[in-house]
Amino acid sequence: MKNILIRPTKENLANFVTLGGFLIFISFLDVLINTFFKINFTSFLPSKLSYFAPLIIGTIGLYFIRIEYSGNRLLDKINTNFNSNNLNAILTLLVIFALIKYIPPILNWFFFDANFAGNTKEDCTGSGACWVFVKVWFNRFVYGMYPDAEQWRINSAFIMLFALVAASFFVPAKLKKYFLIFLIFVYPIIGLKLISGGEFGLKYVETGAWGGLSLTFIVSAFALILCFPIGMFLALGRRSNLPAIRFTSIGFIELWRGVPLITVLFMSAVMFPMFLPDGTYVDKLIRVLIAITLFEAAYMAEVIRGGLQALPKGQYEAAKSLGMGYWRMHFLIILPQALKLVIPGIANTFLALVKDTPLIFVVGLLELAGMVNLAKTNPKWLGMAMEGYVFAGLVFWVICYAMSRYSQNLERKLSTER
Amino acid sequence: MNFKNFKLNLSNKNKDLIPQVLTVLFLVLIIIYFTINAQNNMGNRGISFGFGFLSQESSFDITFSLIDYDGSHSYAKAFLVGLLNTILVSSIGIFFATLLGVTVGIGRLSQNYLIAKAAEWYVEIFRNIPLILQIFFWYFAALRALPLTVDSINFYDISFLNVKGWYVPRFIWTNFSIFFYSIIIAIISIIFISKYARKQRDEFGKQLPTLYISLGLLIVLPLLTFLIGGVSLSFEIPQLEQLSKTVYVYKGGVSIIPELISLALALSMYTATFIAENVRAGILGVNKGQKEAAASIGLTKGQILKLVVMPQALRIIIPPTTNQYLNLTKNSSLAAAIAYPDIVLVFAGTALMQTGRAIEIISITMLTYLSLSLSISVFMNWYNKKMAIKEK
Repeated sequence: MKNILIRPTKENLANFVTLGGFLIFISFLDVLINTFFKINFTSFLPSKLSYFAPLIIGTIGLYFIRIEYSGNRLLDKINTNFNSNNLNAILTLLVIFALIKYIPPILNWFFFDANFAGNTKEDCTGSGACWVFVKVWFNRFVYGMYPDAEQWRINSAFIMLFALVAASFFVPAKLKKYFLIFLIFVYPIIGLKLISGGEFGLKYVETGAWGGLSLTFIVSAFALILCFPIGMFLALGRRSNLPAIRFTSIGFIELWRGVPLITVLFMSAVMFPMFLPDGTYVDKLIRVLIAITLFEAAYMAEVIRGGLQALPKGQYEAAKSLGMGYWRMHFLIILPQALKLVIPGIANTFLALVKDTPLIFVVGLLELAGMVNLAKTNPKWLGMAMEGYVFAGLVFWVICYAMSRYSQNLERKLSTER
Repeated sequence: MNFKNFKLNLSNKNKDLIPQVLTVLFLVLIIIYFTINAQNNMGNRGISFGFGFLSQESSFDITFSLIDYDGSHSYAKAFLVGLLNTILVSSIGIFFATLLGVTVGIGRLSQNYLIAKAAEWYVEIFRNIPLILQIFFWYFAALRALPLTVDSINFYDISFLNVKGWYVPRFIWTNFSIFFYSIIIAIISIIFISKYARKQRDEFGKQLPTLYISLGLLIVLPLLTFLIGGVSLSFEIPQLEQLSKTVYVYKGGVSIIPELISLALALSMYTATFIAENVRAGILGVNKGQKEAAASIGLTKGQILKLVVMPQALRIIIPPTTNQYLNLTKNSSLAAAIAYPDIVLVFAGTALMQTGRAIEIISITMLTYLSLSLSISVFMNWYNKKMAIKEK
């Protein structure tokens, strides 16, 4: 068998590389011409063979240039990274061919054939995406049904938040504590009042009108701030020596973790009002916030418990030997270390929380995905589902990807410190 | 001295007791408060708590059902239909997510730069887009772009894909039970053979070709039933029928509705990214020295993979993957968003709307999910224990 196959060797390096390179060139040329000019120059072959021709030619070509320790650095690099055996050669070719075939149409749809100018659906004449749809609805996608004249309130609330967060990096360490307390306890009330209004001469805007991307941020920020302390106490409760507290915590955590968020939201919408005295009305958004907070608190509790378990026993014993009580031991010694350990886990929980916010559509609150759903059913803009979901997907992807990158960096930074 | 000690102990006991009593008291009070309110509210609406409604006639139809169902059946049966649909989409999702996840996870470790990068980007893209958006995308954007019934995409004249769904041939069995039993017998004998083979390996160091024997059994036994057991299989291929001038439908065969396709697609592609990360971590987690040690005592490459790498990697992979299976099952409840008749849509949606029995229905739904989750985790814990290192 070995004698029948031509084995490329180092002695005939130039010949084999020329032959192999030529064959690879032919196979790429075939695919390129096929894709861009719709001409199939292997059409004289039987149809199945013609379809696979570039793959076969390319594989043979890659076989010819597969010479170990050829002495040529570039060739060696190509061989180790793309062409280490026949299977890898075929996979490499398949990936490249797929890229050649599918990237141009996607780019065309996105940019070259897309429509950016205009204000109505009729302005979309190209075969690509109709970004006019996103442009016209952009305001709604960000602010929901919030009245146009009042949108500066949402803007200023968010600008204030970013300014506070940015400023907290620069203030002296002594003031940082007060800054954080302000950010966590006082700011949410200010922000909420600013957006909902009803006082200080601001027009009242009911929560049903809130929506879009700003609602995504509001819900995830509030749920995060609120679920953190609850999760912390649940985690401590689960590790407590007192059976009543331990079993209550376990029951609570496992109950929320065992059911999907959508049923929890259903519960907050239809079952929760039944448990309140007749005539009391709790705002829809508040009910949703309570539901999401309790749900995420259970997950947060498990993350924090992981940190508590990872701490060496010596830390507990040292704290006790100093005569510290339960709370002083946990708040001064245990939790600061445990929380630092699980920062990546907390970031992941937050990521899951952001990805879960679109679910609030089940109670009729429309954040970004919900607004897209609403916009695409507008009779003037039928058939725009693809553009809407691609836009919403991109927005969410950018947010979540940035957060996951940040948490990975944090993880790396913390792991080198230890 | 004794007296002092006694006092200290008592105060310690009190210290333990007080928070516990307070917790229990708090819980009991909340439950009482909620119960009284619920009773008042239900009294005002003229309904009483109870599960009697489950046997009433449901009088609504469900678009997709695995068992015989129509509006004349009871609410309990509607619940069963929803539950079966949930289990169906979860099992399809788990199957494909595992397949895709393992492939992508191994792909991320490939020497081939392009494959590794492609796998990495697959994970980064699909993990960071909310599942609900992916479901919407497949259902409202991608599958709506499929051709109409008349010009369906044709797979070798036996299966058709169009905007109404995917039409596949229906299997028509005769004497299916014999075939089924033969498979069960094959599986039981495979279990015995692999036990015997393990004993042979442990006691005498003999390697039996278990894989080939099992595959052979699994193919030969069912095949025998076709030849001598009187089992036969025929297909009912979907046929295009013209109802009126412009209305065409496919008759016969099995139709897989687009809701199921998009839900299964989104669930498996989303969960696969997490499984891929688990697989990658598991394979990377096996110490390199283990492979080298195995090679140095003369095991072949296949044996190293089967006897040394996989058992250790699986131990790292299984617990987080179990969690992903649980998540997938819970996430299948997003079906409600695209009107796939799962348990949430059928029971917590339509049935609740008709009966108004919020407390009973939501509790049943939540309990169902709880027991599904708990049963999967019990099974996986058992498996985990089986796989754990048995130190001698």
